[in-house]
Amino acid sequence: MHSNKYTIFFTATLTVVLGSFISVASGSLKSLQDLNIENDSKKNILASLGYRENISERWTSSDIQALFSKNIKSLAVDRKGNIIDTSEVNEKEFSEVESYPIYIDQVEGVTKGYAIPISGKGLWSTLYGYFAVEPDGMTAKGITFYAHKETPGLGGEVDKPWFQENFIGKKFISKNGKLIGIEIVKGKADPNSLYQVDGISGATVTSKGLEKFLLNDLRKYEPFFNKIRKV
Amino acid sequence: MALIDKKSKEALSDPLMKNNPISLQVLGICSALAVTVQLETAIVMTLAVICVLSISNTVISFLRSMIPSKVRIIVQLSVIASLVILTDQILQAYMYDISKQLSVFVSLIITNCIVMGRAEAFAMQNSPGKSFLDGLGNGLGYGGILISVAFFRELLGNGTIYGYTVIPDSFYSVGYQNMGLMVLSPGAFIILGLIVWIQRIFSGIKEE
Repeated sequence: MHSNKYTIFFTATLTVVLGSFISVASGSLKSLQDLNIENDSKKNILASLGYRENISERWTSSDIQALFSKNIKSLAVDRKGNIIDTSEVNEKEFSEVESYPIYIDQVEGVTKGYAIPISGKGLWSTLYGYFAVEPDGMTAKGITFYAHKETPGLGGEVDKPWFQENFIGKKFISKNGKLIGIEIVKGKADPNSLYQVDGISGATVTSKGLEKFLLNDLRKYEPFFNKIRKV
Repeated sequence: MALIDKKSKEALSDPLMKNNPISLQVLGICSALAVTVQLETAIVMTLAVICVLSISNTVISFLRSMIPSKVRIIVQLSVIASLVILTDQILQAYMYDISKQLSVFVSLIITNCIVMGRAEAFAMQNSPGKSFLDGLGNGLGYGGILISVAFFRELLGNGTIYGYTVIPDSFYSVGYQNMGLMVLSPGAFIILGLIVWIQRIFSGIKEE
């Protein structure tokens, strides 16, 4: 039988040893992990704008960096719809003007699309993703999700190509110029409708949640897209 | 040589079939259900469990005469937890996409009954070498089942194997459909139940 003194000594030593072991490991891996998180969001921005990797040829970290810095401009828009170059304003001013991030896909000076972050409640969790808009400021170009905890096979179908491709080409602005969002209907959407997409059967709450937060997020950017449409 | 004596060999080979942690002892079921929708996640999970299990068994076996028996469970737990955190950190750094899919289940290796069970039942009584083999064997036994379940779930549920489509389009055009059930947890229960059933027919074990 070990004495109490020994027990305390043993547990204290063990704690210190294991503790330092973990902190060294996590400290040395931190920069790689941060890079992964950054790449993951870049990859999703690219995917929403139509740049997708395929399974036989996965992108490496440098592929993502190169593609992103070549094509995507990371900016912000303020409440009135003016573009702000976030690298030019300092942090204090930036928080005062209240702006929303926007990613612009530009190839040789020609704008090919805009991506905005979207997020909101589904059934079990908050969904995070990006929504891309065509240069006309009224047509969906793509949608992706990078984090959610919806039921696989039901709400989790938001990750699937069939659901995401649904959105491409749909309009979120009505004929008379009002922001109406994109309706996710139960079952199959009317194939002629420009404003509806197929819903996910068995995942009504996720679908309705997505419809609602997509509209809310689009509302924040409406002054900006409104300006684009007028040009 | 220690590696080939009979007891060491049994430590490694028993858990593969005769005394499989999942299909005979029915331990570690939770993760076996959760990460087996796709082969890729199942394989990474298997590797993670094999690493944690064999290293934790070895470390605990080295410490076994030093560990005060009053606090032995908590000591085992801290060793296992540290290894699991380390595994999780490594996955996040080098296999980010998969670690995202495995999400909380890597951390839950800590509570996997197999890991604690082997530490308490085997590593506390046996030499480090044997304990390592026991951990490796149990990890492989666990992984074998995980990978077989994932194989059938991915094939029937998504029509793919390791992400590659294997069911030809012509099947779909004549009315073949992926089984949505396989993607959900009940699919895992059914496959796992069938595996346990088949294995018990062969090993001749009967429940009282």
